[in-house]
Amino acid sequence: MPDDLLPLMLTGTIETLYMITLSSLMAFLLGFPLGIILVITAPNHIWPLPHLHNALGTVINATRSFPFIILIVVLLPLSRLIVGTTLGATAAVVPLAVGSAPFVARLIENSLKEVERGKIEAAIALGASPLEIVGKVLIPEALASLIRSMTLAVITITSFTATAGAIGAGGLGSLAIRYGYMRYRDDVMIATIVALILLVQGFQWGGNLLARSIDRRRHQFG
Amino acid sequence: MLKVTQLSKTYHTPSGKIKAICDVSFQVKKGDILGIIGFSGAGKSTLVRCLNRLEEPDAGQIVIDGQTITGLQGKPLREARKKIGMIFQQFNLFDSRTVWNNIAFPLEVAGWSREQIKERVATLLSLVGLDDKSDVYPAQLSGGQKQRVGIARALANHPDLLLCDEATSALDPRTTQSILELLQKINQQMGVTIVLITHEMDVVQSICHQVVVMEEGRIVETGAVEAVFRRPSSATLRLFGQQKEPIKANQLTNRADYQEVNSLAG
Ligand SMILES: Nc1ncnc2c1ncn2[C@@H]1O[C@H](COP(=O)(O)OP(=O)(O)O)[C@@H](O)[C@H]1O
Ligand SMILES: [Mg+2]
Repeated sequence: MPDDLLPLMLTGTIETLYMITLSSLMAFLLGFPLGIILVITAPNHIWPLPHLHNALGTVINATRSFPFIILIVVLLPLSRLIVGTTLGATAAVVPLAVGSAPFVARLIENSLKEVERGKIEAAIALGASPLEIVGKVLIPEALASLIRSMTLAVITITSFTATAGAIGAGGLGSLAIRYGYMRYRDDVMIATIVALILLVQGFQWGGNLLARSIDRRRHQFG
Repeated sequence: MLKVTQLSKTYHTPSGKIKAICDVSFQVKKGDILGIIGFSGAGKSTLVRCLNRLEEPDAGQIVIDGQTITGLQGKPLREARKKIGMIFQQFNLFDSRTVWNNIAFPLEVAGWSREQIKERVATLLSLVGLDDKSDVYPAQLSGGQKQRVGIARALANHPDLLLCDEATSALDPRTTQSILELLQKINQQMGVTIVLITHEMDVVQSICHQVVVMEEGRIVETGAVEAVFRRPSSATLRLFGQQKEPIKANQLTNRADYQEVNSLAG
């Protein structure tokens, strides 16, 4: 085993984890409120605003129709504006977060839409305000589904970080391109693939565990 | 207590207009139980859901305890709803909350203090006979127990009016009877006015004071239960009558499950 493999993998993994954590956090901060607004502004929901609903839906669909690599290139000027550079892991966080937020919003929307109409009506009948319904009914009722959605989002962001690596973001994706592909280092290629698989498996496992524990508590035999 | 005047509601669907209720007027005295009876699609749910404005009526007026409910918006509407309890055929409990927290929900929304909530929930749990189920989630309850939680939740904030949309239709006859006894007890002990939808004549005859019979969105017959049932004039009541012999008041007490029912209802 070449002696540079381990340090390379270590820095690559740390950079990737850094990008995943920061961009997931920011993507959730942006996407969560958007998802909630999408749900509650729908016709017949608790805060119907059809124009806002449709406008938001259109914007989200538009950003989601970009291939991710194009989105990164388009958003790089934003990185320069916020972070001061277009290179490195921190610069990549901007397009990663902004690019994944619409996807997160749709996932959150789908989870919250699963909450039965009858439960929402019960809350309305008891005099709850839209904000109380979001905080006390929609989110808690959809919690297991929300966690599954967020797991999927983190996994998607993981694959995005690898793509971002191809254009100078650093991390495992960058290793695979610079060493595995350009320098024919099969050991680096294989190691990055294994590391990415382990990361994704880990996220899936953690997410499932959390979601199942909620289901089990509520349903006893979940 | 409740006065409904010339209420109408039309649904606009892709396949056309549906006149769900049409020019409906009636009154309920404070402390009475009103039964609304009619076949499926007669407009019963629409009518009751207009009373707390889950549905928006197109025309007409609803006055509850001197307050005009039609026309309220935003916070005043939410405040009015806090004094109108509702129970549902499908219970609509919050699966994310324990029995205790389900009953506490309307009190949290109404801004009660932690201490007040504790005391009130304990009272309600024993009223509905679920003291031992306080920390259980709804998924682990039977249908009858779920409806008891629904009733406790609806009554928590001391409503003046309780709306029941086929509250017993998802339950077996025996559980139905115990829930009806509970509603009757609540009506008698707490003086809560109740509007109750049903498609079972037994239900009306066993606990209602007053009845409204609906057909195709209109009231076709109304009055005191005894008077209406003595001389039914509508097709609906005649058809209902043919279906099965109504239970007479004294038959109820002779039923085998009455003892259990009675002990549950206290
Ligand atoms: N949300 C709705 N949209 C369109 N039509 C509806 C809606 N709710 C009820 N209806 C129609 O209104 C009529 C009365 O329905 P409903 O009030 O549910 O009757 P009931 O409770 O007596 O069975 C029916 O024809 C039903 O199909
Ligand atoms: Mg109905």
